[in-house]
Amino acid sequence: MPPREGTYGLLAEFDTPGDLIRAARQARQDGWRRLDCYTPYPVEEAAEAIGFHRNKVPLLTLMGGLLGLGAMFLLETWISVWAFPLNIAGRPTYSWPAFVVPAYEWTILWAGLSAAFGMLALNGLPSLYHPVFNAPNFRNGATTDKFFLCLEALDPKFDPASTRSYLETFAPVSVVEVEY
Amino acid sequence: MATREVNPHQPGIDPATGEYRVIAPGQTFRSVTEKITRIVLTPYTPLGWFMLIAVAGAGATMLLVAVTWLVLKGVGIWAITQPVAWGFAIINFVWWIGIGHAGTLISAILLLFKQSWRNSINRFAEAMTIFAVICAGMFPLIHVGRPWLGYWLLPLPFTMQVWPQFRSPLMWDTFAVSTYATISVVFWYLGMIPDFGTMRDQARSKAAQYFYGLLSVGWRGSVRHWARYETASLLLAGLATPLVLSVHTVISFDFAVAILPGWHTTIFPPYFVAGAIYSGFAMVLTLAIPLRKFYHLEGLVTERHIDNCGKVMLATGFIVAYGYGMEAFMAWYSASHWESFTFWNRAFGPMGWSYWVLITCNLAIPLTTLWSRRLRRSMLFMFVLSLVVNVGMWFERFVIVVTSLTRDFLPSSWGTYRATKWDYMTYFGTIGLFVFLFLLFVRFLPMIPMSEIRTMLPGAKIKPKVAAEAGD
Repeated sequence: MPPREGTYGLLAEFDTPGDLIRAARQARQDGWRRLDCYTPYPVEEAAEAIGFHRNKVPLLTLMGGLLGLGAMFLLETWISVWAFPLNIAGRPTYSWPAFVVPAYEWTILWAGLSAAFGMLALNGLPSLYHPVFNAPNFRNGATTDKFFLCLEALDPKFDPASTRSYLETFAPVSVVEVEY
Repeated sequence: MATREVNPHQPGIDPATGEYRVIAPGQTFRSVTEKITRIVLTPYTPLGWFMLIAVAGAGATMLLVAVTWLVLKGVGIWAITQPVAWGFAIINFVWWIGIGHAGTLISAILLLFKQSWRNSINRFAEAMTIFAVICAGMFPLIHVGRPWLGYWLLPLPFTMQVWPQFRSPLMWDTFAVSTYATISVVFWYLGMIPDFGTMRDQARSKAAQYFYGLLSVGWRGSVRHWARYETASLLLAGLATPLVLSVHTVISFDFAVAILPGWHTTIFPPYFVAGAIYSGFAMVLTLAIPLRKFYHLEGLVTERHIDNCGKVMLATGFIVAYGYGMEAFMAWYSASHWESFTFWNRAFGPMGWSYWVLITCNLAIPLTTLWSRRLRRSMLFMFVLSLVVNVGMWFERFVIVVTSLTRDFLPSSWGTYRATKWDYMTYFGTIGLFVFLFLLFVRFLPMIPMSEIRTMLPGAKIKPKVAAEAGD
């Protein structure tokens, strides 16, 4: 568990995505690992800059899809062959081509739900509280038109005074301390 | 496509990119945010909204009355009988589901094709999908006669040990439509999460902050979150694309798997899907044109959007025309007496008028006029045309369902069909419900995806100078 009081990190505000990416890339190069960027729309280059290249959403989606496919096909087979066999105009009880359609739909259903809820779970959402919202300039900017870089206190390189002057070398609009 | 040389000084061209501009010049991150959030967060609701929702609410109430009476009396209050056992309920079901398909097409297929012009219209097109699916899903449920036993369609372990019959296309429908509804809602909600974050942060009142704060699930715009979010959106788009094609295909199987002349044909799946997209884009225009005028969104939903929708309608309209042509051709080429009689009966039988309504509304009017750029950019014309196509597509389903059923193989079993007032009340009631839900959406949810619009603004371009500096 992270500490629940004290400083969460230092938050630098930028006006353009270009400035943010430049700062994030430099910070990553200088050895920062506990850092994050906040942007009002997806900025792929910023994720790359802080070393976040791949994620597990595709794997979860694949697993969900295969699970849905298998579950539905087996359910249909079990129902039609064993649990409740019906003679419909003499057609075989194991009519696998007919079973493909619901199985196909469930593949999509489970893959889609896994993608959506897997993404939220990996992101740690829903979360009712996060310290960055304590920064006075965060709420008006991060979801509208400002770009933020946060160097977190959990990083071994963190020191309130020197990190602040380090961030100021990137010429941000402002640097503020974020409390838990 | 892009073989023509574009003149960079033409007014429609963005000088920064050399591409056709889809958003009016002069918009910034903040102006877009304010424009869209203010529609929702203002305490002043326009009077016109109240007037419209009163009318739509009256329609929805009429639906409630009609369905209540249906549940009390049974499906006998409708005109369905032998031989026409599928009447308005199935026509409306297919019509509404078809309308929904354009929303998924815009949100999923155009995303995969990187058609960024879709960003302005995808949110309300998705909302349209969901409300259309709500209206559609109701019909099979109330058509079964005992809607309180609707759960028998699901494979649930009952005490009576009865299980569904998976070899029937009607059973496939259950899974296709329920999956479609679920995935559409999830995709729509997921798309709104970042915008709910913006709404939460822009809201002034405590109630709105809590409301949008909870809906935003604590979104803070971390780029790690964005990366997963983008992956999930892309995957959902990739999944919704085959889904939307499969849903109307499965619905067409309801007809095509039957042996009835006029239904038993392999052209149905592609022809149904194209027709769905055709009518869906018409409905997008029916909604978009008044909406952009009423809320002054001309800078975000530009003439170019309406123009592009017109082009999609032109293309899908021709696929539908091919479907009609193929039906006529097969009626002759199959050398089947029953098939050729069914076609003759459709066009010249006692209900032949409905066939000519459909030909006029779906082919004669749109496919001759949509070629003209001037007409595609005339808002009044496109609005009227969208209504015409929606009427035409309703009649297409009427022709398929009713004229095929009234006269099948055996002349002694021929009959006719005349809808009752309850049929009309249910149908117009769903239109009321649809408009009612849509008005609620427009008032309380962000109807244009802000985060996606931001990516298209000049401010989102990362300057090459900066990239080169940082690249090393």
